[in-house]
Amino acid sequence: MGLAGAGWTLFVAGHMAGNMLIFAGPETFNRYGHAIVSNKPLLYGTEAFLILCLVVHVALGIILTIENKKAKPKKYAVAANPAKRSSLASSFMALHGSIILVFIITHLMTFKYGPEYLVEYGGETMRDLHRLTLEVFSDPLYVVGYVICLILLGFHLSHGASSVFQSLGLNHPRYTPVIKKAGFVYALVVAGGFLSQPLYIFFFM
Amino acid sequence: MNLKLRIWRQKNANDTGGFFEFEATDISEDMSFLEMMDVVNQQLVKKDIDVIEFDHDCREGICGMCSMVINGAAHGPQRGVTTCQLHMRSFKDGDTITIEPFRAKSFPVVKDLKVDRSAFDRIQEAGGYISVDTGNAPDAHSIPVGKAEADRSFMAAACIGCGACVAACQNSSAMLFTGAKVAQYALLPQGQPEREKRVLNMVRTMDDMGFGNCTNTGACEMACPKEISLENIALMNREFLKASTSER
Ligand code: HEM
Ligand code: SF4
Ligand code: FES
Repeated sequence: MGLAGAGWTLFVAGHMAGNMLIFAGPETFNRYGHAIVSNKPLLYGTEAFLILCLVVHVALGIILTIENKKAKPKKYAVAANPAKRSSLASSFMALHGSIILVFIITHLMTFKYGPEYLVEYGGETMRDLHRLTLEVFSDPLYVVGYVICLILLGFHLSHGASSVFQSLGLNHPRYTPVIKKAGFVYALVVAGGFLSQPLYIFFFM
Repeated sequence: MNLKLRIWRQKNANDTGGFFEFEATDISEDMSFLEMMDVVNQQLVKKDIDVIEFDHDCREGICGMCSMVINGAAHGPQRGVTTCQLHMRSFKDGDTITIEPFRAKSFPVVKDLKVDRSAFDRIQEAGGYISVDTGNAPDAHSIPVGKAEADRSFMAAACIGCGACVAACQNSSAMLFTGAKVAQYALLPQGQPEREKRVLNMVRTMDDMGFGNCTNTGACEMACPKEISLENIALMNREFLKASTSER
C-alpha cells in the first residue's frame, strides 16, 4: 500500500515539474512530450511501473477500507473536539483516493487518448499537445473540476507522503516531526505547481 | 451545575439500542465524571428505573476499566486522562453531554455503556508476557538494562489496556495497544528470547479478533489516557516486518 503510493507520489512531482514547460512556449513543451513518447523503454517502463503501483494501491485500498468499515459497524453521534480529532486529510483517504482514480482515468482520456493535433518543427512531425492543453483549459467547467481534483490530490499527499514512513516502521522523535512537515510541503508544492498550469492558461493565455 | 445527558442505552449485544435523555442536577464541578453518573443513577434508583450500567474499578486512572465516549471523544474532551479522572469542571452549566459506549465490532456492548473488551485479553495471551523459570528470584542487577531503553519500555508499559485507542480509531484498529505491548518487551533484554514469536502471534491474534487496519490517522494517540506514542506502532511494524520475513 505504502510503497505503491510512494511510487505515484514520486511520479506526480516529476510530472508536475515537466508540465511547467508549458510556460516555456509551444515548441519546448511539444518537444518535451515528443522526447518522452519517442523513448520507448522509458515510456513503457514507467507506464508498467505506474499501472502496477496503481493496481496494487487501489486493490489494497479497497480491501483495507472494506475491512475497516466492518470493524467499525457504528459511528459516534457527535464528532470529537479538535484536541481529539484526527486531520481531515487522514480521515478521508479512501474518498479522495477514489476521486483521484476517476480523475486519472479522465485525465488520460483527455490528453493521452485525446485529439491528435500535429505540428512540425524543422521537418519533424509531432503531437501538438500545447494546443490541446490550451483548448482543454479554456473550458471553465473542466478547469473547475481539474482544480478540485488537484486540491484533493494535495490532501491525499499531505497525509500519504509522511504516512508511508510510519507504515514502514520509521518513526523517531527527532525525524518524524520534520518528515511530517516535509510531507505537507511536498503536497503543497505538487498540488500548487499542478494548479498553476490550468489557472494561468485559463486566465492569462 | 445542571446538565442534560443524552445517554446510549442498550439491553444487550443484540438489542439495537438508542439515546435516552436524563437530567443531572446539582452537580459539583469537583466531581469526577463517574461521580456525576453515580448521582444520576441514585436518582434513577429512587424512581425505580434501571440504572445506567458503566464499567469502573480503581477510579484513579490505573485499572483501565472505565470507558465511555463523551461528546464523541473516548474518555472525554481532555487529553491524557481517563473518564474517572475527568472532572466536571471541564463542562459548563446547561451543557448537553452525549455519552456512548466504546464502539467497535470487537468490543460488543454488554449493556448500556459497558462493552466486552476480552479481545484484548486474547491478544495479551498470544505473547504479552515473558517466560521465566521458577525458583529463587534473580538478583535485580544481574541483567544490565540501558536507562534510555528502560525509560522507553516503561512508557510503553504505562498502557492500562482501556481500549480507548480502538474506540477512537475510525477503523477500530488495536495497533496502539498491541504496539505498546510489543514495544514494552522488545526494548528489554528479558524480552529477547520470545521477541519474534511474540510480535507474530500478537499481530495475528489482533487480526483474528476483527480489529481494523491502521491508516495512521493518529486518533488513538490523542485519545490515549496514558499518551502512548505512535512510535510504538512504528516499532511494531518494524518488528513484524523483520520477524515475518525471517520466519521459517
Ligand atoms: C496519484 C495518485 C495517488 C497517490 C500519489 C497516492 C499516495 C498515497 C500514499 C503515499 C498513501 C499512504 C500509504 C501508507 O501510509 O502506507 C496513500 C494511502 C491511501 N490511498 Fe492513495 N494515492 C493515490 C491514489 C489513490 C487512489 C486512486 C485510491 C483509491 C481508489 C487511493 C486510496 C488510498 C487509501 C484508502 C489510503 C489509506 C491507506 C493508508 O493510509 O495506509 N489512493 N496514498
Ligand atoms: S494504548 Fe492507551 S488507549 Fe490504548 S489501551 Fe493502552 S492506555 Fe488505553
Ligand atoms: S476506573 Fe480505573 S482507570 Fe478509570
